[in-house]
Amino acid sequence: MFAIVPLVLVGVLSFTSWNGVDAPRFNGLANWTKLLHDPVMTQSVWLTLVLTVAGVVVQTPVSILLGVWAAGHQRNRAVLSAIFFIPLLLSATAISVVWRAILDPNFGVPSQLEWLFGDGNLMGSQSSAVAVLTFVGLWQWTPMHALLYQGGARAIPQVLYQAASIDGAGRVRQFFHITLPQLRNTMITSVILMLVGGLTTFDTVLILTQGGPGTDTTNSAFYMYQQAFKRFDFGAGSAIALVLVVVATLISLAVVRLSGYDKMRSTTEGL
Amino acid sequence: MRRRPNHLAGLGSLVWLALVGFPLYVLLISTFRTRANYSSQGPLTFPSQLTLQNYLDDFSNGFGQDFLNTLLVTVSVVAIVLLVVPPLAYAIVRARGRTIGTVFRIFLLGLAIPAQAVIVPMFYVISKAGLYDNLLGVILPTAAFCLPVCTLVLTGAMRDITSELYEAMAVDGATPWRVFWQLVLPLSKGGLSSVVVFAALQAWNGFLFPLILTQSESTKVITLGLYNFQTEHGVDVPGLLSAVVLSMLPIFIVYLFARRALVQGLMGVGGK
Repeated sequence: MFAIVPLVLVGVLSFTSWNGVDAPRFNGLANWTKLLHDPVMTQSVWLTLVLTVAGVVVQTPVSILLGVWAAGHQRNRAVLSAIFFIPLLLSATAISVVWRAILDPNFGVPSQLEWLFGDGNLMGSQSSAVAVLTFVGLWQWTPMHALLYQGGARAIPQVLYQAASIDGAGRVRQFFHITLPQLRNTMITSVILMLVGGLTTFDTVLILTQGGPGTDTTNSAFYMYQQAFKRFDFGAGSAIALVLVVVATLISLAVVRLSGYDKMRSTTEGL
Repeated sequence: MRRRPNHLAGLGSLVWLALVGFPLYVLLISTFRTRANYSSQGPLTFPSQLTLQNYLDDFSNGFGQDFLNTLLVTVSVVAIVLLVVPPLAYAIVRARGRTIGTVFRIFLLGLAIPAQAVIVPMFYVISKAGLYDNLLGVILPTAAFCLPVCTLVLTGAMRDITSELYEAMAVDGATPWRVFWQLVLPLSKGGLSSVVVFAALQAWNGFLFPLILTQSESTKVITLGLYNFQTEHGVDVPGLLSAVVLSMLPIFIVYLFARRALVQGLMGVGGK
């Protein structure tokens, strides 16, 4: 109920002007036409999509490798995987604060490793700021997705591997012909989680870049926060939020449809 | 059959170890530096002199209050979740009616809705209810956003209880209430601990709701404290980082002792 009622309200509020103090007043489509002609809004939607796609592309291979590795029987596995999953315990706030300190151009690591970072002002240009956000996202979310894949990989019947090695298939071929196809369901679950998470990235943007330089890393969730809670234009904020919900729902549905997930009798676990 | 080690994934895991280990090393070592040492020597060299002053400063900067607030929020959220979710999941698993199916589907819809999307109306509702800048105004939405995932996980666990067990209890003439207490709850212990882990982590690490719904010192939680610390005393990096360490310490202690349960819990819920 706490999710549905506000969702209806957010729709209603997107057609009003409201400063957070007085009663909301209806103003028809004014918020929507304003946003349609707002260059920052258009840019923020693009940026959100770029960050989301980059997140999925970077996190998926790493999580699959880590998850498959953690499902196996290596030496030191318990100790290593205990360390691997530490980012899970940290709040997004703590993670962002730590990385901001580490990457500080004057007192952070870049000041000591100039051969690697150049002038070290990573938050100073759009491309490197986006790279930092993607990297911190990788750091923050990979452990959770690796856990999902670990569960998926454990559920693959060992018989398949035995049969494959009798047929003379090597490690790499086994990975591509057994492990990956068997992880299909897990992959869909994980990608949907990444998509929704990526679309709504907020804490890291607020703390690491504050949307800057300029509005270069202002994604939609951050723009919504700015409009509503910094400029007290709650109507516009609601409209952006509604766009976010619709896009997130459509993309999730598309992934489910395109992958045929809804028609499959789930063989392993989903979510 | 013995499996050979997977070298490719093993290499990947070593790279990951460096990626996780290096920042944690920088984080820890920086908290024991004096502020002057941090700005003159930078974060990488090993400090000539170690100090605990940063941690002491955090407590005089109100960390204790933030800590108690966060603890209160976390305990309350877990309590609400434990009160609501088990009966709900039980009803969903056992009842045959159409209403309960509809309720469940609405719940699942809640899974897909990100908190940011509804934060504006949440702010509206909470202010109207007079709960703005009140910890209760943080506790209720946080718990509400935990409910869908928690219910899903627990229904999963309860589905695994075989129907023979229910029938056996029914033959013995047990009331639904007794079945719930003596059969369902003990057998879904694993699911319950996952739910507790998930709810506690969400509440402990929550940031958006406190950011939007509170403002004064007396209702500040740890994550918000870190954020404010950064915006107000951005130059005191050792002080900030020691506050980060303090904020993760309780979870880390639990992690050390109950790693298996915790990881299994996170595996079960997976969600963000």
